[in-house]
Amino acid sequence: MDLLNAFITLANFVIIPAIAYGSQLALGALGVTLIYGILRFSNFAHGDTMAFGTMITILFTWWFQHLGISLGPLPTALLALPFGIAGCALFVLMTDRAVYRFYRAQKAKPVILVIVSMGVMFIMNGVVRFIIGPDDHNFGDGERFIISARTFRELTGLQEGLAIRTSTGITVMTAVIVVIALFWFLNKTRTGKSMRAYSDNEDLALLSGINPEKVVVVTWVIVAALATVAGTLYGLDKSFKAFTYFQLLLPIFASAIVGGLGSPVGAIAGGFVIAFSEVTITYAWKKVLVYALPDGMGPDGLVQLLSTDYKFAVSFIILLVVLLFRPTGLFKGKSV
Amino acid sequence: MSEMVKNTGLFAIVAGLIVITGLMQSWNTALLILNMGLISAIMALGVNLQWGFAGLFNVGIMGFVALGGLASVLIAMPPTEGAWAAGGYGIVLGLLMGAATIVAAVLTYQRMPASRARTLAMLAILIIGFFLYRAVYDPGVDAVEAINPASSGNIGGLGLPILLSWPVGGLLAAGVAWIIGKTALGLRSDYLAIATLGIAEIIIAVMKNEDWLARGVKNVIGLPRPVPLEVDLQRDPEFVERAASFGMDAVTASTIYVKLEYAALFAVVLVILLWMAQRALNSPWGRMMRAIRDNEVAAEAMGKDVTARHLQIFILGSAICGIAGAMMTTLDGQLTPGTYQPLRFTFLVWVMVIVGGSGNNFGAVLGGFLIWFLWVQVEPMGLWLMNTVTSGMADGALKTHLMDSAAHMRLFTMGLILLLVLRFSPRGLIPEK
Repeated sequence: MDLLNAFITLANFVIIPAIAYGSQLALGALGVTLIYGILRFSNFAHGDTMAFGTMITILFTWWFQHLGISLGPLPTALLALPFGIAGCALFVLMTDRAVYRFYRAQKAKPVILVIVSMGVMFIMNGVVRFIIGPDDHNFGDGERFIISARTFRELTGLQEGLAIRTSTGITVMTAVIVVIALFWFLNKTRTGKSMRAYSDNEDLALLSGINPEKVVVVTWVIVAALATVAGTLYGLDKSFKAFTYFQLLLPIFASAIVGGLGSPVGAIAGGFVIAFSEVTITYAWKKVLVYALPDGMGPDGLVQLLSTDYKFAVSFIILLVVLLFRPTGLFKGKSV
Repeated sequence: MSEMVKNTGLFAIVAGLIVITGLMQSWNTALLILNMGLISAIMALGVNLQWGFAGLFNVGIMGFVALGGLASVLIAMPPTEGAWAAGGYGIVLGLLMGAATIVAAVLTYQRMPASRARTLAMLAILIIGFFLYRAVYDPGVDAVEAINPASSGNIGGLGLPILLSWPVGGLLAAGVAWIIGKTALGLRSDYLAIATLGIAEIIIAVMKNEDWLARGVKNVIGLPRPVPLEVDLQRDPEFVERAASFGMDAVTASTIYVKLEYAALFAVVLVILLWMAQRALNSPWGRMMRAIRDNEVAAEAMGKDVTARHLQIFILGSAICGIAGAMMTTLDGQLTPGTYQPLRFTFLVWVMVIVGGSGNNFGAVLGGFLIWFLWVQVEPMGLWLMNTVTSGMADGALKTHLMDSAAHMRLFTMGLILLLVLRFSPRGLIPEK
């Protein structure tokens, strides 16, 4: 029985990956939830917005690498991120101008807007594949590890190693900064307050002189920023592939709904709930149990509850359970 | 009667497009488009039933199509020797135990008063049931997958005629739709969308990973066919002679003949389903559905059971998609779970319905043909466009990139068509009456 090694193994294979994945999902879900709260529809194009923003970031990263600019141990992508956000915001605002504004003026039903967002999804998907192609791209550079497994073993003398990758560290740091900035913006600034007011009660907000078009523009810019950051972090952590980003739509929506659509706190909580469940249920627990249980009692099998390919099933079942028993989500979202 | 003329004209235009393809490219390409167009039209009919009649937002079409494909493997492939004896019964028993666990948990939830004891009892049932299920199911799976893994490694099918798999595919999809509908149909429209999107992904995940069922990503190839093989036709002297009398060589004639036979089979199914859908649309039942779609509260006040009617039409629409899925796998002659992608099998069908005209069966059929034609033909058109654009450019990285990217034009075009139709003709080409 060796609880310390058991914990290190657990941290290395479950806790740290889940925290990183959870942060990425939370940022994605925040975008979905903001759109839902303010523009009042489920944006099916969100995964592709993430892909678009990440693509711009990657293009700038390549350019910087070509120019020889780098951030030393940090990935160059961080330097390119603001440009990615700007590019994505521009594209999203153009989409809103050309597409969504017409339906907003018509006061179209939410389900029509969802179908419209399906069309936008197709177009964005096409644009991304057109520019960067459907292949995998790894764009991380700089140091790979903050602590590598071997250094950790040498430092502590433990049998198990604990590796913290740079991308994980950056993911968590960036997510924390972005979330703090977002909440400060929503709660303290005038524009943020007007956004919340618009989300709570559109008519009352209009009555008190809030300019709806300004609220919408600010929302899209924030959403573009969140999507680009989430997408870039995910790409640094794993790799960039247009189709994977489209598939992220499901866990992201699951996070937003589990937390309560329209509730930013809920989106963050939901992201971590989904990430931790996905990782724990698809992790093979054998190694942890061998350490944690008394000698000779360790299991023979892998003790993997579900194979990794079923991770979608996990987020989906949680989603269904929450919808059936608590339709407004954990944090009382909207149920219009 | 002008409406009749307009609609006939629209269908004539699409038919003309296919004929032009035949004249300009080859008749084989044209017939391929026609065959998949027929199948797409059936899928669009299914979606139109759900969305056009009842306003149900189902984005899990891909899952039902895939289930239809699974049915054709389970019905038509010959059974694997000894698979059932080795582990097949274990697998079935395991699955039944799994289902029993869920039923027991649901019953506990319904019968016991709300309390902490109920939660604990449910959790205990689920956890114990899960481990029992794994204990019975896993050895069965291992045993089946161990049988000759290079060529089979699955339980095989029943060895029945493949045409039988079309209705069975519909039934399989209907069964799954019942389970989904029971749990998810009470939800709001966009929650239902997310739920169905997830279920489709799960169905594909199951088909990719449960190798004992249909070999997963190792694919099942060489499904039996309802029509003769081309090679057999080419060896048949009578056929070669008849082909020669039409002035064709035997190889081309055989491929065209086989495709025409498929087209005839598919057309029969499409006509039957279209006739049924038209009858349903113009019946009291169809009017009730539209009433529910337009105003649920009012319909409920008139004593209509909205949830039950939604469940009914969800099952019917999904069954049609299942039939189309079985037909598609029959046409391909193989089941490749890796090729099922939501953009192609869910969202494209949605584009068909919206462009054709939701709520109108003929509109959905027209949309199916038209969008499928464009889906196939946008790629060569894009290539041609890129050729023209880059013709003046020097060879280089940019030119190569542009030429390679031409293939991705189709997604962009589909999105553009969908947005344009939604904006300028939101009721589609053939609007609902």
